[in-house]
Parts: sequence; C-alpha cells; structure tokens
Amino acid sequence: MQYLKNTVTLELDSGLCTGCGLCTMVCPHAVFEMKNRKAQIVDIDDCMECGACALNCQFGAITVKSGVGCAAGILNGILTNSVPSCNCPGTKKNETNCC
Amino acid sequence: MAFSVDIGSLRPVVYDIPVVSTQLNFSDYLGAIKVRWGIGRNHYTVVPGLYKVGEPRCESDVLVTANYKLSFDTLRKNLESINAWVLVIDTKGVNVWCAAGKGTFGTDNLVKSIKKNALENIVQHRRIIVPQLGAVGVAAHKVKEQTGFRVIFGPVQARDIRKFVNAGYKATPEMRKITFPIYERAKLIPVDFMYGKFKLLLALFILFVVSGIDNSGFLFQKMIETCSFPLINVLGAYLAGIVIAPLLLPVIPFRAFSLKGAFWGLVVIGFINMFFEVNLAERIAMVLISLSVASFVTLNFTGSSTYTSLSGVKKEMIWVIPFQIFFVAVGLILFIISKLRM
Repeated sequence: MQYLKNTVTLELDSGLCTGCGLCTMVCPHAVFEMKNRKAQIVDIDDCMECGACALNCQFGAITVKSGVGCAAGILNGILTNSVPSCNCPGTKKNETNCC
Repeated sequence: MAFSVDIGSLRPVVYDIPVVSTQLNFSDYLGAIKVRWGIGRNHYTVVPGLYKVGEPRCESDVLVTANYKLSFDTLRKNLESINAWVLVIDTKGVNVWCAAGKGTFGTDNLVKSIKKNALENIVQHRRIIVPQLGAVGVAAHKVKEQTGFRVIFGPVQARDIRKFVNAGYKATPEMRKITFPIYERAKLIPVDFMYGKFKLLLALFILFVVSGIDNSGFLFQKMIETCSFPLINVLGAYLAGIVIAPLLLPVIPFRAFSLKGAFWGLVVIGFINMFFEVNLAERIAMVLISLSVASFVTLNFTGSSTYTSLSGVKKEMIWVIPFQIFFVAVGLILFIISKLRM
C-alpha cells in the first residue's frame, strides 16, 4: 500500500553515505537498498517519514521531516500552535487516542 | 573487549529480578480486549525495569520493550523456552512505535534505563536487542557511545524474535517490513470508534434538536418524528468512515484517505436514502454533512495506519478540510431551511 505520490520529504545525500547499511535495516518499508556499497532509494513513495533512518544515520546522509501523522493530531498542533500531538499519555494530559 | 565478571558476586542482584511467564492468562487476554476498546488504556502499564524470562545467564540476550502491557505481553508470549533478559523502558504506557515517535522510547531513556539497571553488571556481553520500530527514537550509535552497548535492531514483530536470534541476529526482508493486513486494521477500529464517540454524540444531538425546528417555532413532536433520517445518515457515515473504509482500505483506488472515506460514505448514505421519503433540500443537506463526517474520520485513520506520512496527511488536509467545513456549514443551513419550509 502506498500513500500520496511526490509528497515525502526524505532526502539522501550519497556523498555522505558510507555504506554501513543501517538505513536498510531500520526502514519498515524497504525504501533503501544497497548498491555499489552505497544506499539508494528504491521507491520514495513508500516512505512514511517515520524518521528511523535519519536518526540512525550517524553520517548525516539522510534527512526527513518526521512526525505524528493523524489528522486530529495535526489539527491539535495547528490549534495550539505547536508540534502535531495526539495527546498521548506522556505528552500532554492523559486522554484519548494515540497515533 | 574482554570482561572479567565475578559471577558469584552478581547473584544477589540477579535473584532480585522478577521472572515473568511466557504464558498469558485469562486476565491478560481480557485486559487486551478492554484496551482495544479504549477502556483503561492509559493505565495499562508494566513497572519499568529488568525482568527475567526463563533462566537467563550472563551470556543471554537482552530484549528491550516499552512498558505498555500489551507490548510487554506480546513480547513475552513469543519467548517460550527462551532464556533472556527483558528490559522494560518507561514509555508512560505507550507502545514501542508511538513512544519512539514521541521520544519516550528513545536514546536518552534507553541509556538511562541501561545505567539504572546496571546492565553492565548483569550481562557479560555488550549487545541489546531493540525492536526495529524503536529505531524511530533510538539512535544506535549514540547508545553505543554512552553505554558501550551495541544496539541490534530486531525484527518488527515479536513473533519473529526466535528466528531472528537463531539466525545469528539476522532478519529476513519480511521481518523488517511493517504490513497492515486486514486483521491488524480491524483491531484498531474499536479504539478509533471510542475515540470519536463524544464528537459523534454531539453531532447527533445537534441534528436531533434541529429536527424539531419549524416555522412556527420548535415542535417536540416534529423532532421525534423526523429525527431518524439525519441521525441514521450521520451514524451511517461515521461507521462507513471508521469501520468500512479502514477494513477495505486497499480496495478503493484513491490514495487519499479522505476520498476513501467519502467513497464509502456515499455508498452508505445512498443506501440509507433509499429507505426515506424526505424533501430534496434535506436530502442534499444530509449528503453534504455525512460526506464530511465520513471523509474526516477516515482521514484521521492515517494516524493509525502504518504507511502514511506526515507531509502527505498535511497536504491532504490543506485541500480537504476547507471542503469539509464548507459542506458541513452549507448542509446545516440547508437542513434548517428545509425544516422551516416543511
């Protein structure tokens, strides 16, 4: 299953990639594959912007804007002028649904 | 690195660590059903800390999980006849993936937990197995820097752990992928349904009251007699958006969730409309309102889905929410007008 086309903010800088391959392990949608000792993006529309790859790329080769992706959470963020939040326990008051 | 640890000196510490069963009992299953319906969901926790499964030794693996009891139970029931340490991090009762997204299942918390439980005195090796989805919050290289422990990202699903460990900490491509099959989607429906219940009741209440509006004022009798059409429509739209659309998620070719919701909303409303004789204005009013309801609740299911991106949801919202607001506003005005003329 794929979501909207051409909206994902994922970027890979091959120049910084050392070919460690960790991104291919942490990505839950197999967005990366190793080719000629470098990571490359297979199909960017598979990306859900979870941010695992960028966080675990210690060479800073990957950037992606990640965050909570539910409409209510985003509306919360807009209404309270803060980052999108689903009001999970541990973030704000105990209540309601979590992602 | 070579470590010389006096095993004997560890015994008092080791003996204090609680042992957990790999068998779930009736109350575990009952608890799981309840939280799926949102009952007590924010207090379904396990005390954070170190646990033993089987009879772990200083060479046994350390598995990390969140202190949401559903996550903990899923892990331990998959560890039958395995000897391992289970390190439960305080995520305030939120599952691994969501907590990782918020940072509670994150590098800092993991490092703190490793140090607090003196893991370096309990195991001789220096590796910990973190669920793959925890990688959203855990930076392996930073954990290594700060604790000396090498993070091995395990499979996405706890059910693959045995195979993963037996294969020498190697995951197959399937183990690394998150899927979203129909039974997984079905499990998420009750909690989503319960989440929106107050908003739903409020909407139903407003339509119920408006049903009684008349050009002579407000008629209680009219409210009772004519409320069924709007109430059934909106309830139907809500169910279409929150039950049918998620269950049949891949069936509809549109990628945008709001369109999936609108599609099933239309199907359900169309069906409902066949059974009612009402004037055109009221019919159009209910179609507009119901479409908004169905498309919004399905759009909100993006938060439960395992493949939608934040940028995508934002993009979808920017062009869809104005329509939804407009539809509801026009629908409500039309509904009131239809009541005044009837």
